[in-house]
Amino acid sequence: MGVMVPFNPVEPFLRSERMPHIWCSGCGIGTTVNCFARALAESKLPLDKVAIVSGIGCTGRVAGYLNLDSFHTTHGRAIPFATGLKLANPELTVVVYSGDGDLIAIGGNHFIHAARRNVDIKVICINNFIYGMTGGQVAPTTPVGATATTAPYGCFERPFNLPYLAESSGAVYVARWTAYHVRYIAHSMADALRKKGFSFIEILAPCPTLYQRRNKLGDGLETMRYYKQHSVIRHGANTRDVNLHFQGEITLGKFVDIERPTLQQTMEQRFRQVLRDRYAG
Amino acid sequence: MPAATTGVKARKFRGEVLITEDRCKECGFCIEFCPPKVLEFSKEFNRHGYHPPILVNEAGCTGCDLCGLYCPDFAIYGIRVPVESPAATASAAGVSPLGNDTSGVESVRQGGGI
Ligand SMILES: Cc1ncc(C[n+]2csc(CCOP(=O)(O)OP(=O)(O)O)c2C)c(N)n1
Ligand code: SF4
Ligand code: SF4
Ligand code: SF4
Ligand SMILES: [Mg+2]
Repeated sequence: MGVMVPFNPVEPFLRSERMPHIWCSGCGIGTTVNCFARALAESKLPLDKVAIVSGIGCTGRVAGYLNLDSFHTTHGRAIPFATGLKLANPELTVVVYSGDGDLIAIGGNHFIHAARRNVDIKVICINNFIYGMTGGQVAPTTPVGATATTAPYGCFERPFNLPYLAESSGAVYVARWTAYHVRYIAHSMADALRKKGFSFIEILAPCPTLYQRRNKLGDGLETMRYYKQHSVIRHGANTRDVNLHFQGEITLGKFVDIERPTLQQTMEQRFRQVLRDRYAG
Repeated sequence: MPAATTGVKARKFRGEVLITEDRCKECGFCIEFCPPKVLEFSKEFNRHGYHPPILVNEAGCTGCDLCGLYCPDFAIYGIRVPVESPAATASAAGVSPLGNDTSGVESVRQGGGI
């Protein structure tokens, strides 16, 4: 049997004193955080130059478990907080780590506008298709036909296709993975940490306690097996074509990786042009 | 598989897993996704009432650290330990033999899979 040791390679990136964390057995959020710690290690960024911002939700707890400067904002407001942080202190690498409900429901307007303006932040969205923390309510990501606390007869609203929403709003980097695809997630997160501009990574993750249980989809492990069997990787796929369907095939990959001036750059360029030496920036 | 009979070069490393048992929540990800399938649930409980994993085939572990990447609870990870005795092997690989030397662990764990 293995022995108790203090130096797991992810340990320097965690607030170890807060472990064990609150996430349920088989919840996929922790696996993605594990990948994020590997990406931070690979990036070699000094940890005091990386900040993490979360909203509210099970995923929103991520900011509190990472050994970085972190802020747990009010519900839906992670992106505006991160935007201010980045503009005020441009040398920070600013990561937003939150849930589908937080980022796309209550925070949806911030999401599209930050992408439109190409704010240089990295947005990691853990999509478990519901509001986990509050008991499994329907979200703008719930697939048609899936059952949720507030959709007892099955969801009948068309969900957002998040990579398409991100790309058409202006994101410069867009990828989707599942919690099963750990090496891809880690590489993709490292890519995003290097990238300048609004970068978006959607990660499908099991919520065995609510989404999986209510839809009789088994536990976390069963869901990871499902991801393994039903995912296809199509890098560069047209984001229009990557819709998710209830228990359907899942298209993964890096869909968008382009260059475009960031909000900071366009702002400075404009102010210099108009104000000339009156502009101090 | 002994190297002599297969003609395959002897492995310069052996794998080892390190488990923080009390963090485990028994999700089974590490057991399922370990490529050589060398982990099983222990019969013992941890302090929270879960069965942590146990390495059942020490020789089979490659130290790939996939268990470490999958674990949602940061409870397990794999390392590669240079095989003992041939000192040349260890120095050629740029790492010092492990034993209880934690500085050796430090350098080995850098190789943990990303
Ligand atoms: C202003 C406000 N409205 C509603 C809530 C209740 N609330 C807490 S978390 C949450 C949804 C979280 O869903 P998601 O972001 O998908 O996170 P998950 O728990 O699924 O990871 C809601 C609606 C709140 N905290 N604040
Ligand atoms: S309720 Fe769902 S999302 Fe929240 S910790 Fe449990 S499994 Fe994870
Ligand atoms: S390090 Fe690799 S081979 Fe060893 S137990 Fe972990 S997953 Fe299995
Ligand atoms: S992956 Fe982690 S939490 Fe899950 S069974 Fe293995 S050690 Fe336990
Ligand atoms: Mg959610």
